[in-house]
Amino acid sequence: MRRVVQYVVLLALTLLFVSPLLLMLVTSFKSPGEASQTPPSWFPNPFTTQAYERIFGAADTPVLRWFLNSMLAATANALLVVLTASSAAYALARLDFRGKKAVFGLIVATLFVPPVILIVPNYEIVGRLYWLDTLLAIIVPTAAGGFGVFFLRQFFIQLPLELEESAFLDGANRWQVFTRIVLPLSKPALATLALLAFLTNWNDFLWPVYVLFSPEQQTLQAGLSTLQTANAVRYDLLMAGAVVASVPVLLLYMIAQRFVIEGVSRSGLKG
Amino acid sequence: MTTTTGQTTAPEVETTLDPSATPSARPGRRRGDDLAAWLFLAPYLLLFGVFVLLPIVLGVWISLHSWDFTLPGKPWVGIQNYRDLFTPGSVTFDPFWNSMQATGIFTLFSVPLLIVVPLVVALVMNQKFPGRNLFRAVYFAPYVLGVAVVGVLWRYLLDANIGAVNAYLGRLGLPADTTWLSSLPEAWIAMVLVTVWWTLGFNAVIYLAGLQDIPKELYEAAKVDGATPWSQFRYVTLPGLRPVTMFVTLTTIIASANMFGQAFIMTNGAPARETRTAIFYIAETGLQDFQMGEAAAASWILTVALMLLALVVFGVFRARGSVES
Repeated sequence: MRRVVQYVVLLALTLLFVSPLLLMLVTSFKSPGEASQTPPSWFPNPFTTQAYERIFGAADTPVLRWFLNSMLAATANALLVVLTASSAAYALARLDFRGKKAVFGLIVATLFVPPVILIVPNYEIVGRLYWLDTLLAIIVPTAAGGFGVFFLRQFFIQLPLELEESAFLDGANRWQVFTRIVLPLSKPALATLALLAFLTNWNDFLWPVYVLFSPEQQTLQAGLSTLQTANAVRYDLLMAGAVVASVPVLLLYMIAQRFVIEGVSRSGLKG
Repeated sequence: MTTTTGQTTAPEVETTLDPSATPSARPGRRRGDDLAAWLFLAPYLLLFGVFVLLPIVLGVWISLHSWDFTLPGKPWVGIQNYRDLFTPGSVTFDPFWNSMQATGIFTLFSVPLLIVVPLVVALVMNQKFPGRNLFRAVYFAPYVLGVAVVGVLWRYLLDANIGAVNAYLGRLGLPADTTWLSSLPEAWIAMVLVTVWWTLGFNAVIYLAGLQDIPKELYEAAKVDGATPWSQFRYVTLPGLRPVTMFVTLTTIIASANMFGQAFIMTNGAPARETRTAIFYIAETGLQDFQMGEAAAASWILTVALMLLALVVFGVFRARGSVES
């Protein structure tokens, strides 16, 4: 009996989480008229891809271009995060050097700085670099956060030392040990970090809304608000845009669900 | 710290925030390591310096000027920007404190829900049963979507005329003409509930990991002592979860106090400017109207307020801890 109650609760919750997403998908394949029917139909009739055709080609809302921008920005950002954070984390996990305590302390301290404090000055800095309205503004500044360094350092520190020691005895230098021993051993952690960085960058909203202005320079998330301004209550178009912005991250999540959830639950216990 | 696996091996002890406790891989190579270490650190430190450290300092500097990004002259005004924000009747006073109030309302109502509801969900799921990981994955799914997607989707569902929510409420015999996004308090209710829908899974996953770290023996001992399910929860589960609950509370407060996308997409600050949050005000003032001095000052006030709140939360959890132990 308890089991039954439990499953009823769980299924009700599932319905609550899945049905809005399902309606988003269904509505994106409706005609404009059917998209504004109430209550909404759950099977598009007729089934049409007109919404996608329209938003992919529109000059003021080039959704396909936004898709490519988002892909490029999120991939580049994830790479930049993994490359810079892994070598920094290795130094902090394994090397002895003067100033180590100060560097690590500073990085950890900034983890607790609310991001709102960085918005205005970073706009000024990005402007001085002539990066406004370019994807560099989306790719680079967000890679500077301390989470990746902290996350990888915690991972590196608990790797067994023996493998590194024997590589040193064989005459390897620090760089070789890092690239040939430590990085291959850390694939799960590196994948988790890359995944979290990709998701965060893909979904970033406030920053791209203000630093990108040209229609063809938008990311998908920032573009969705442009799409909404341009099409008020054309929900067939808005839902098609939302689907395009969701499918890559949902697919990635389905494939790598375990990494995402474990990465998140681990971050919670680090507190 | 990395207690998900529950193992307490030697390195575990060293995962304190003290890097001097780190075992040196090669003692006696200190000289060479100095240079190597800085080379390893250089790419990251360049990013960190330019986009984290510099902006923290530059933000203070900007806040002491009348700083318009588009104008060549940026006159020094000292603490005038701060003084204006605290002076009733000044140009910035009303819009700023109105936005702080909006952030306060949203935080006040969303945080308790986001602490309690995910805990309940995590408790329901903290048993072995078929399909458990699937349910967990489904509940977490909305969180991987961006706030823009969530906002646009719910704007559609909550549309006063053709939205699914009103349509189905009508079917149940409830009012079917609620203007969810353009009147108060409906807009707050809508944005709080949408945020719960969006981020519930995130907090639940963290609680779930915390629940699984509570030693089973404690529950067995409690059962032997004849503890009821409620007293098991009260005296075993809650104390065992305290660090996790504190983490969830702090991160949720910070996330809620930085609420932007929901308001930007779903209400655009309406009605009037009532749902324009503090960070929304800061972004509009600084990055759209280019009153960057005022915006930088406002962001420091918000940050200090948040840090004080975090200290209070920290203190409460500390005090609770010492009372119970």
